[in-house]
Amino acid sequence: MPANPFARPSQEAATSVRFEAEVLPWLDAAYNLARWLVRNDADAQDVVQESLLRALRYFGSFHGGDARVWLLAIVRNTCYTLHARHAPEGRHASLDDEALALPDDCPSPEALTLLAVDVGSLRQALERLPPPLREMIVLRELEECSYKEIATVTGQKIGTVMSRLARARERLRAELSHPTTEAGRHDVR
Amino acid sequence: MTCDEIRLLLHAYLDDELDAAQSAAVLAHLAGCAACTARYEDHARLREALAQPDLYRPAPDALRERWLASQPTAPVTARPRRGPIALALAAGFAGALLLTSPAWIDSLRAPGTADGALVAQAISGHLRSLQPQHLMDVVSSDRHTVKPWFEGRLDFSPQVKDLASQGFPLAGGRLDVVGGRSVAALVYRRHLHVINLFQWPDEVSEPRPRMIRQHGYAAIEWSADGMRYVAVSDLGEGELQEFVRDFREGAALR
Repeated sequence: MPANPFARPSQEAATSVRFEAEVLPWLDAAYNLARWLVRNDADAQDVVQESLLRALRYFGSFHGGDARVWLLAIVRNTCYTLHARHAPEGRHASLDDEALALPDDCPSPEALTLLAVDVGSLRQALERLPPPLREMIVLRELEECSYKEIATVTGQKIGTVMSRLARARERLRAELSHPTTEAGRHDVR
Repeated sequence: MTCDEIRLLLHAYLDDELDAAQSAAVLAHLAGCAACTARYEDHARLREALAQPDLYRPAPDALRERWLASQPTAPVTARPRRGPIALALAAGFAGALLLTSPAWIDSLRAPGTADGALVAQAISGHLRSLQPQHLMDVVSSDRHTVKPWFEGRLDFSPQVKDLASQGFPLAGGRLDVVGGRSVAALVYRRHLHVINLFQWPDEVSEPRPRMIRQHGYAAIEWSADGMRYVAVSDLGEGELQEFVRDFREGAALR
């Protein structure tokens, strides 16, 4: 339920102060997740603006717990509802995890040596990951969420989180080891 | 354990998500398997690389200013990475303190008054007015229609000014409640944006307009001739300031 707009003024003021203290400290986290999911500044700002308005609307129903995880879940949902084109497959739990596996023509992981780990290469490799894998890396490595927190944000089982994170890292490792072999690479240059 | 099992578990090991027995099993395997050890080292390196601060995208200032007090606050991206949890908690707490900076507290609790609470209510009134059917009780771009409409509905006569030539056409008005009393709310437009101008009699003399940002909306409050005014909109600060200046300088309808 949205907060009652006709609530008593003192309650509204108290809610505002609580919102400022508990939710707004995670503005950077919200933006970081949105920016990596939609991959451009203007859309990310729209997503965060809309997410914070939603968070404010539903703040009355937020009773304690981890405000960061709560906000990140709202941001993720907002990304996928406002920008369905960015992650059409990411919304569905029925997502075929096999589709996220390493392509068959990749050299076996044993043959790889991690080469480029500079910021530019990492950024490009991360942006090329499919959204369901990209969000795993962003939540785990950039936001430093635990598996349990990632499971809460994404609405997935911890086992799914673990296997997707492993796939995401294997893909990153493969991309960064052989940056010129995979087809479809040129459209991002 | 087989190498296939380790391929999955070494990530959880890297993330410190395994219990002691599983960790020991992974370690035991790594000790005897060069291929898995090489993979583990790659992922550890990748993980360190992903911790580079340049990959983190903090909120841009425009967004920050929209949601936080008008004073720009120090960025709070300096969360220690891979640090002990106590440090992270402390940083989070410090971040919360930074964000709820004195500028915000000032704007909420000006000494001796409940100004901030009134402005918060005005912003709530603005939000409420944007719901369907809530914006206007009297719909007219003619101040000679809007001003008389308030007669008999309020115990004061609100200032109604024609700002169409300045690009802020009057759209109508309604009654609203701020601070437990009935107030006049004039509705002006700027392109597709709505400006709510609340006004009510008040003894407090505060002629200097004050800008307050809350929840993505800008509000400017000021006093003049025994009246208190609060203008609220989702316009940019500059345009709202322009509106307030035009209203203050505009000719009053007598």
